[in-house]
Amino acid sequence: MIAFDYARVDTVDAAREAQRDRPEARFIAGGTNLLDLMKVDVERPRHVIDISALPLRTVEEADDGGLRIGALVTNADVAAHPLIRSRYPVLSRALLSGATGQLRNKATTAGNLLQRTRCYFFYDTASACNKRQPGSGCDAIGGFNRIMAVLGTSDHCIASHPSDMAVAMRVLDATVETVDSAGGTRTRTLEQLYRLPGNTPHLDNQLEPGELITAVRLPAPLHGRHLYRKVRDRASYAFALVSVGGVVSVQSGRIASAAFAFGGVGAMPWRNREMEAHLIGQTPSAALFAEAADILLADARGHGANDFKIPLLRRTLIACLTELTEGA
Amino acid sequence: MEWIEADTTATVSLWINGEPHSLSIDPRVTLLDALREHLHLTGTKKGCDHGQCGACTVLVNGRRINSCLSLAMAHQGDQVLTIEGVGSPASLHPLQAAFVEHDGFQCGYCTPGQICSAIGMLGEVRDGWPSHVTDDLDHAAGLDGHEVRERMSGNICRCSAYPNIVRAILSCADTDTGELA
Repeated sequence: MIAFDYARVDTVDAAREAQRDRPEARFIAGGTNLLDLMKVDVERPRHVIDISALPLRTVEEADDGGLRIGALVTNADVAAHPLIRSRYPVLSRALLSGATGQLRNKATTAGNLLQRTRCYFFYDTASACNKRQPGSGCDAIGGFNRIMAVLGTSDHCIASHPSDMAVAMRVLDATVETVDSAGGTRTRTLEQLYRLPGNTPHLDNQLEPGELITAVRLPAPLHGRHLYRKVRDRASYAFALVSVGGVVSVQSGRIASAAFAFGGVGAMPWRNREMEAHLIGQTPSAALFAEAADILLADARGHGANDFKIPLLRRTLIACLTELTEGA
Repeated sequence: MEWIEADTTATVSLWINGEPHSLSIDPRVTLLDALREHLHLTGTKKGCDHGQCGACTVLVNGRRINSCLSLAMAHQGDQVLTIEGVGSPASLHPLQAAFVEHDGFQCGYCTPGQICSAIGMLGEVRDGWPSHVTDDLDHAAGLDGHEVRERMSGNICRCSAYPNIVRAILSCADTDTGELA
């Protein structure tokens, strides 16, 4: 780990001031991802602003019937929160399926959103990686790429986004609130927060330098059955090969609403609204579910060792659709 | 707001096992290295140093964390409990006694982390936190082997003493082990 200047702040204003002072500074909160990457020299910040003491650790009910989750609420506290468990079970389930008890106690809501890929080549400084070292190439393409993405990739990067939490938040139409170093505030959907790799895979998201996430807002709860299904190599403490988060309601035998997002398969937490629209108003059937999978996977592309994710995602989606509509 | 310049040291004050400590450290020092290298509390073990093995688990303000993935500077004013504060040979914590009774280790390297993690985990269960394998999110119920395995998945035992670790923890599930955490 290279040496860095360090400042610990206890207000958002002080964080902004520190950031204006040293514009290339990185924020550190739980540290479970950034510190890990600093130890292996993948992240080499010269200035670190410790925001872990900021007063952003509360979950509040909002006027619109939703919730406002402070940026520093831990993954454990979000998963265990009574209102999340009862109103947004897909989010509790996604969080509980990720990492370990120790990591969930430290990792924060905003940090989870901004965590970086677990691509082996991104972590290995001896490998070519356009995300870590722009222009160096991609050893995952044509290499061992079992965990990589099949949707939203480019010729420059096929890394998958690792978060479970963000998948559930995409299902729930969560938005992200930020403040920049000049004090301006912004709200983005997750689709607006993340960016696809294209020819700039070193940029994971659309945040401006110094922009700080302050909260994540969940709109009023989605009615219907909630489900998060994660397929992975171990029963616990493993990233998703494929995951499906879904909320479906069925009325009078027809699908009234459907929201889905997918993990382990996309360059960002993935959502396909065309697939959802195809389901609405229809009677659940195996044929309908197969059509939905066709729409989802129309542009999917494997790279050899991860080809299996395409049929695995198809089967997992169909299993989830079946569970979410059966007997409803 | 003050910057601590790179390659200089600064002071952090925190509580370790109920005692106040002030350390003069480089900002790069992790909580794990502060405990082992600066305070010579070597009960907390360094395994992978990347949050994957759990050997470095300690309790901070009552919650279990990986001390390797935390900067010591970030723990100003925090209450840290390490295995040295959990029990002593003359006065074993119930979980320590249970690990002995149930033969919950072979080489013992992971054991301090297993015990601190189990203390934190039993506290989470007492607080009604569900796990990935809990059927009903709204009514997190008691502990069984399945729940213990899931909740302790952040602690690796390379000797693979898992069956007896699970037995040892289950034998304490109904005992109040929360006072120290």
